[in-house]
Amino acid sequence: MTDVRCRVFASDIGHQTPDNNMKIAVIKYNSGNVQSVLYALERLGANAELTDDPEVIRAADKVIFPGQGEASTAMRYLKERKLDTLIKELKQPFLGVCLGLQLLCEHSEENDTECLGIFPVKVKRFVPENSQEFKVPHVGWNELENLVINPLLKDLPANPFVYYVHSFYAELSEFTIAQTHYIHDFSGILHRDNYYAIQAHPEKSGLVGEKLLENFLSL
Amino acid sequence: MLTKRIIPCLDIKEGRTVKGVNFVELRDAGDPVELAKIYSDEGADELVFLDITATVDKRKTLAELVTKVAKAINIPFTVGGGISTVEDVKFLLNAGADKISINSAAVHNPQIINEMAAEFGSQCIVVAIDTRNVDGIDFVHTHGGRQATLLKTQEWAQEVCDRGAGEILLTSMDHDGTKAGFSNELLAEISSALSIPVIASGGAGTMAHFKDVFTFGKADAALAASIFHFKEIGIPKLKGFLSDSDISIRK
Repeated sequence: MTDVRCRVFASDIGHQTPDNNMKIAVIKYNSGNVQSVLYALERLGANAELTDDPEVIRAADKVIFPGQGEASTAMRYLKERKLDTLIKELKQPFLGVCLGLQLLCEHSEENDTECLGIFPVKVKRFVPENSQEFKVPHVGWNELENLVINPLLKDLPANPFVYYVHSFYAELSEFTIAQTHYIHDFSGILHRDNYYAIQAHPEKSGLVGEKLLENFLSL
Repeated sequence: MLTKRIIPCLDIKEGRTVKGVNFVELRDAGDPVELAKIYSDEGADELVFLDITATVDKRKTLAELVTKVAKAINIPFTVGGGISTVEDVKFLLNAGADKISINSAAVHNPQIINEMAAEFGSQCIVVAIDTRNVDGIDFVHTHGGRQATLLKTQEWAQEVCDRGAGEILLTSMDHDGTKAGFSNELLAEISSALSIPVIASGGAGTMAHFKDVFTFGKADAALAASIFHFKEIGIPKLKGFLSDSDISIRK
């Protein structure tokens, strides 16, 4: 039974090849595991450049801000290279992933870090009420719920599963376009103007993740 | 709701899958990338690649394989086998692995867990623990379970958690290969005591064993090799069964 559901689900999603001339910049900074984002884009037939060159980033059609690591170290690195100001000035579709989402928020409890403030949202640490039931980090597949109508979420199945690995979360806000429940509800995906951000790892989230990346490339 | 994870494990030797796999749809039964893709398409939640012959000169072969896998599949995967230094971890993460797993190296030099977690983050450091019950006490074993240590399993699990491991992969050598079920009692004890996820390994034989390990064993994920390789249990069928048994599963 599940077998059939999986197949229907897979064929429902379908893929279009993105425009090969599209310039995609993936911001290079002191963050781990950027390679898998590049491979995921490659699987979609898109060519992305990993770069910290402000001119290349400014000229790109799409900018992706991936991330894994610690907030204050990442913010310090961005500031030293003036990438913080650059990110705030960008006008093209911009996608923050995981730590990238947290850095786009206002403040993170991770080492009391002032972040970029694109989203007026606070990032907090998961505090399990019951450590037997809730482990931290939140690792594994969880559902996106209460999806609003948004081009980034186009053609996704209801309550799609995405892969999470994180200890800090963004609170719900008016910019939340999908939420996830772990210990409590938090922002799974945020959107404001040209800025989008996903807490999960779309590059590791199977067909759902590919669809999210593809939708972003189609914006 | 966060789901329980089903994780097939692939044993690798010199870049090839070993332990004769029995998939009719495989053109090349020894190609780990092809097998990984099948599991991923079938709904596996993660994959583990265990290099059973990992030595320094084989590291390059392993890294090449890791890159091929990372390019081909869109779910997370862990690489283990012979990893002992921060350099090894860096090499494999740069090649595209999402997590690495260490075992004997952590037993010989526990400080390495702190160093790896500080350098790369806890989320990518899995500590594998092989355990065997000796006269009623669970002791950590190394070298594929052949060599006993003086470390008590429960205490070692707590220590690796405190040192910054992101997850624990607990293999019961008493259950491994028996197909008589996971070591649920020990798993439940460790999983309840720790604040990090526990992946259960060793003993899977039936679909009910997976249900038991998630309920009685309180495991966050369950790993198995031969029952998946030999198609004794298909992942879609297993997930359907677990879902019907009210276990939270990704569909």
